[in-house]
Amino acid sequence: MSTRSPAAHASGVSVSGGAAVLLALVLTALAWCLLVPGLLRAQALPVSEDCVSCHLKLPDARLSQPAESYPNDIHSQIGLGCLSCHGSGGSDVLDPAMGFLHAPERKNIPALCGRCHSDGAFMRQFDPSLRTDQVAEYWTSVHGKLLRSENDTSVATCVDCHPAHDIRAPSDPTSSVYPKNVPQTCGRCHSDPKRMAGRGIPTDQVAKYTSSVHGKLLLEKGDVSAPVCNTCHGNHGAAPPGLSSVRNVCGNCHTVMAENFDQSGHERLFADQDLPGCATCHNHHDIQPASDEMLVSRTETVCRKCHEEADTAGMQFLEIKGVLDSLTHAADSAREVLDHAENLGMEVSTALFELQDVTNAETRSRNAIHTFSAAAVRKEAAPGFEVTSNALTRGDDALAEHTYRREGLAVFTLFVLLLMTGLILKIRAGESEEARDEQHSSS
Amino acid sequence: MAANGEGNGGGRGAAGGTTEARGLRGVVANVIAWLDDRVGFSALKPLIKKKEVPIHKHSFWYYIGGMALFLFLLQVATGIMLLIYYRPSAEGAFESVQFLMSDVRFGWLIRSIHSWGANLMIFMAFVHLFSVMLMKAYRKPRELTWMTGVGLLFAALFLGFTGYLLPWNTLAFFATRVGTEIPGVLPVVGPFFREILRGGDDVSGATLTRFFAFHVSFLPAVAFGLIGIHVLLVQKHGMSVPPSVEAQGGAKRSIKFFPQFLMRDLVGWLAAMAMLAAVAAFWPAHLGVKADPFAAAPAGIRPEWYFMFMFQTLKLLPAEILGIEGELVGIGAFGIAGVILFLVPFLDRPKPGAKPGKLWTYLTYGAMVYIIVLTWWGYAASPTN
Repeated sequence: MSTRSPAAHASGVSVSGGAAVLLALVLTALAWCLLVPGLLRAQALPVSEDCVSCHLKLPDARLSQPAESYPNDIHSQIGLGCLSCHGSGGSDVLDPAMGFLHAPERKNIPALCGRCHSDGAFMRQFDPSLRTDQVAEYWTSVHGKLLRSENDTSVATCVDCHPAHDIRAPSDPTSSVYPKNVPQTCGRCHSDPKRMAGRGIPTDQVAKYTSSVHGKLLLEKGDVSAPVCNTCHGNHGAAPPGLSSVRNVCGNCHTVMAENFDQSGHERLFADQDLPGCATCHNHHDIQPASDEMLVSRTETVCRKCHEEADTAGMQFLEIKGVLDSLTHAADSAREVLDHAENLGMEVSTALFELQDVTNAETRSRNAIHTFSAAAVRKEAAPGFEVTSNALTRGDDALAEHTYRREGLAVFTLFVLLLMTGLILKIRAGESEEARDEQHSSS
Repeated sequence: MAANGEGNGGGRGAAGGTTEARGLRGVVANVIAWLDDRVGFSALKPLIKKKEVPIHKHSFWYYIGGMALFLFLLQVATGIMLLIYYRPSAEGAFESVQFLMSDVRFGWLIRSIHSWGANLMIFMAFVHLFSVMLMKAYRKPRELTWMTGVGLLFAALFLGFTGYLLPWNTLAFFATRVGTEIPGVLPVVGPFFREILRGGDDVSGATLTRFFAFHVSFLPAVAFGLIGIHVLLVQKHGMSVPPSVEAQGGAKRSIKFFPQFLMRDLVGWLAAMAMLAAVAAFWPAHLGVKADPFAAAPAGIRPEWYFMFMFQTLKLLPAEILGIEGELVGIGAFGIAGVILFLVPFLDRPKPGAKPGKLWTYLTYGAMVYIIVLTWWGYAASPTN
């Protein structure tokens, strides 16, 4: 026979039921003992502000620096906190066992960044136009391949170009990937002989680029549309363009030259000879402004590799230079005559304006050099010769008109002087007659 | 007659020529008589014959008014020729002047004479004004002659201001923007005046067309009216003799206006023509660059020389004078000076029988020195200061 305690009685719970309740209470108390300290800890450190306030006070710069710079980081500015990356899936718990992530290992960085940046749905909420294939591209780069296949953690990963905790938008002039800062960012590794030791690649690319036509345009003139390292090498998928791809890389901007080069038939011939397309004549990192003089020097150095000295095909460049020199000389002569006429006060602004068209012809002719055909260059130069001829005629006409005006002025002045002399003589005669009349009347 | 002529041998040619001359003269005389019967211009003959010009040591200044008149007529003639090619629109004005200067036969000469002639005309108008002031030629009964003359000077200045914009080049565009901004500082009516001048909030094609209308129709009509009254009054009252000559008993002698004085005038006019032709040949009127309303204003915008003294004054004034905007004080002062200039004959009235005072002579010299110094200063000062 079972007995009931008053309490149990009162509650209507049997003794066996009371044991179950007791067991439940014990288990609950045990659970509380285990969980409460953890819960208290989680409540103490749930938000980024708390990370920053503590980390700023830490004496180790490695730990305090992220807290100092993170407020300027683009992620901070869109509301993402420390735990967005370090909390592994948004957990607020600092315990690694609970998913907290300390400074990630270099080999894991692409995957860490890719958690968000490869997630189209996630990225869309911040900027629908952002690409989400950076990590995929990275694995195709030289950096990514070395990291993955050779576990080479000294290669660049995301944070080497986008410094962790201080990442800025590429359009921000203080960003490490703002066009003007890209050479410096790449050069941090690629210009460092120690880092590049054993890799078999030079370390003078940035120095060469800085002195190149593109480098000067970007770094001295501030033209951020000028090509920089990643324009030719790709950014996340950074790799040297293959020999056969050089024409495509340069042709992205220099479209007309690339098309002319294709027409010349030399693209295939260069590829067969393992010659790097455009770079064969123009070099790569230290590309200098092209000049007509290159036609002579390249004839001597590059063309002779295949063409004999007496080979008419090889001599095309010299013939082309002759055409270009003639056009330049004709334009200079016409401009000189027009400037002279303008300095004399003649109205030749229309002729000077029209002469500007010769620049188009010069540009088109120089583009046509890439056909390697003197006939093609001559065809493009023809409108320029017509323009210079017309301008010269107008300049000569203006000078002739100037002389005509001087002569006309001399004749007119002579005519006026004659008239004035006649009038003065007439006035004098009248005065004399008047004086005689007065004398006559007084006498 | 015929037989007689035939028998006259060698004398036939001369006799024939005389007959022809007589015949031509006769035709001309007949035409004049025919016209006179209908128009009655022979009534002017006594007036022309009667007009005499006193000769004394200041007579030279009498030629200046005629010179200004000649230059005005030259402006009208060259202006009409320019109208043949000029297109009054923001799209076509510059190009039409450019075409005129480079492709039209003697277009450069006509425009250059018009441009230089305008400057010379305004210079002569100023010289005429000051010579008349110093000779006190505005005294009774010539008050209206003076007032129409001042009106003509203002008309000439406004003609210069409106004509300056017409080539629609950069300098003219921005100078007009500055020039039309100045009346805008006047309280209450300023913005209204500015909008009337500009035909909108800013200088635009609308400004060009109304400046053109002012320049070729309204102002010339006003000028012709004033010149008509001015010349008529000069004819009615004759040339004024300065008080210093009057004090010595007046001019000792005089010459007929026609033909003696007119022939002397002609010598001056021919000299002016030759000078303008030379200046036009050596320094053809500048065209500059087409106005671009969206471009930044070029450094050192300056008005024409005849506005420089006012422009420089406004530049030198402090931002605030006695709590009033400095520019407003300057514009007010020039406005009052203009009214005073207009009323000089009524302000300079010595008591009957008293000698003319020197106050207005000193004021005239003061004004001349002020204009010359401020104009020089305006050109000498840094254009960006």
